[in-house]
Amino acid sequence: MAINTEKNSYTVIFATLMVVVVGTVLAFLASSLSDKIKENERLEKQQNILYAMGINQNKGEGNVSFIPTDQVAGEFSKYIKEQLVIEGDKITKDDQAYLIDLKKQATAAKNGETRKLPLFIGDKDGSQYYIIPMRGKGLWDAIWGFVALDDKMVVQGVYFDHAAETPGLGANIKQRYFMDDFSGESILAGTKYAGIAVAKGNNDPLNKIKDDNEVDALAGATITGNGVSAMISESVNMYSDYLETIRVK
Amino acid sequence: MALLTKKDASLILDPLADNNPITIQVLGICSALAITAELKASIVMAISVLFVLGVGNVVISLLRNIIPSKIRIIVQLIVVATLVIIVDQILKAYAYELSKTLSVFVGLIITNCIIMGRFEAFALGNGPWKSFLDGIGNALGYGIILIIVGFFRELLGSGTLLGFPVLGNPISKTGLYATGYENNGFMIIPPAALIVVGIIIWIQRSKNKALIEDN
Repeated sequence: MAINTEKNSYTVIFATLMVVVVGTVLAFLASSLSDKIKENERLEKQQNILYAMGINQNKGEGNVSFIPTDQVAGEFSKYIKEQLVIEGDKITKDDQAYLIDLKKQATAAKNGETRKLPLFIGDKDGSQYYIIPMRGKGLWDAIWGFVALDDKMVVQGVYFDHAAETPGLGANIKQRYFMDDFSGESILAGTKYAGIAVAKGNNDPLNKIKDDNEVDALAGATITGNGVSAMISESVNMYSDYLETIRVK
Repeated sequence: MALLTKKDASLILDPLADNNPITIQVLGICSALAITAELKASIVMAISVLFVLGVGNVVISLLRNIIPSKIRIIVQLIVVATLVIIVDQILKAYAYELSKTLSVFVGLIITNCIIMGRFEAFALGNGPWKSFLDGIGNALGYGIILIIVGFFRELLGSGTLLGFPVLGNPISKTGLYATGYENNGFMIIPPAALIVVGIIIWIQRSKNKALIEDN
């Protein structure tokens, strides 16, 4: 017997069944994999933070190479000496600070609550690194990253990532040839927390000028680049009170 | 016994040239413009579509007799979206690095008109094995164009292939750049892909006059 697939009642039953089946499969999958995915994301955050302060396995001028996932937890506790949460004037230590969700904090700030700002203090060969997490908007979706500063507010390393920037264009903000340019730039212009602008046509493609608060932009990725500039300047300004106490110390 | 009958083989081979999804059916243009600025992204996208179209065509073909025609487009969309999300979730759990590379493509795969186009035009009317071959064939045809476009755009726009500098260093002026050659910045923006696709269509039609529509 052939089924009459034209009947309305059949259509409704089919649609209902399909939604239930697909919904169940996806819900089951999501809940059974969520622990593993969360763990992966946690390790990735540790890798990113360490990457920004120069703890990575980069060789020459090639690709980004993180500390392997099976070693990252150990390296993280070895190099990251302190994790702070800055909440207004209150500064507390919290060794889970790197798990603070910046997006939730931004929403909380919009609702009038005080934003919790995580900050990580790393120590490599006796030098201190102050690592700030950042989050902003690219062309299509969120961009985020970490910037590691020394006590003079000079960038020691950055890491950027993105949710959905255009492959080949904006997505290249996570390539080393873009990120490496930031090292050595100061986020200060005079005593103002200016951040670092991603500038088009600054006649400095090799980025030899380190005191102009500018790095060379990516061709074809203007809006992503502007997003990176805005993200850095907003983030360092949120931390400027705390950073100022380090700088004048 | 041959592995594929002549008819089956044509399902795979036709979309590679004379029934190419991009240059003849004019499907999947949006992703061909969006992600072909470099070769690597083109290859990743080609492989992803190969997988999704192959499996998706089989699923739709198996369901073809019970899908109510009134809501078939929605059903097709759900099948693609579910497939892509399942793969994305599994990769996130077990191959996190790979999933980072692919995550950008997820949205592009779901909305790729080649996938919906082949479900609608082929899988709804043919058996699973044929639909599978049709899916693979069309995905390969799509992939070839993507890779050709990606090759030229990366080579002429950035002077690299798969990220390796092949024409020398544009900043310190070595290799070809020493002769005064410059990268063409136009090649890395999306309109350049239209021009490259246009040139491919032109060459293809001038080789095979049967493809030219008369009007």
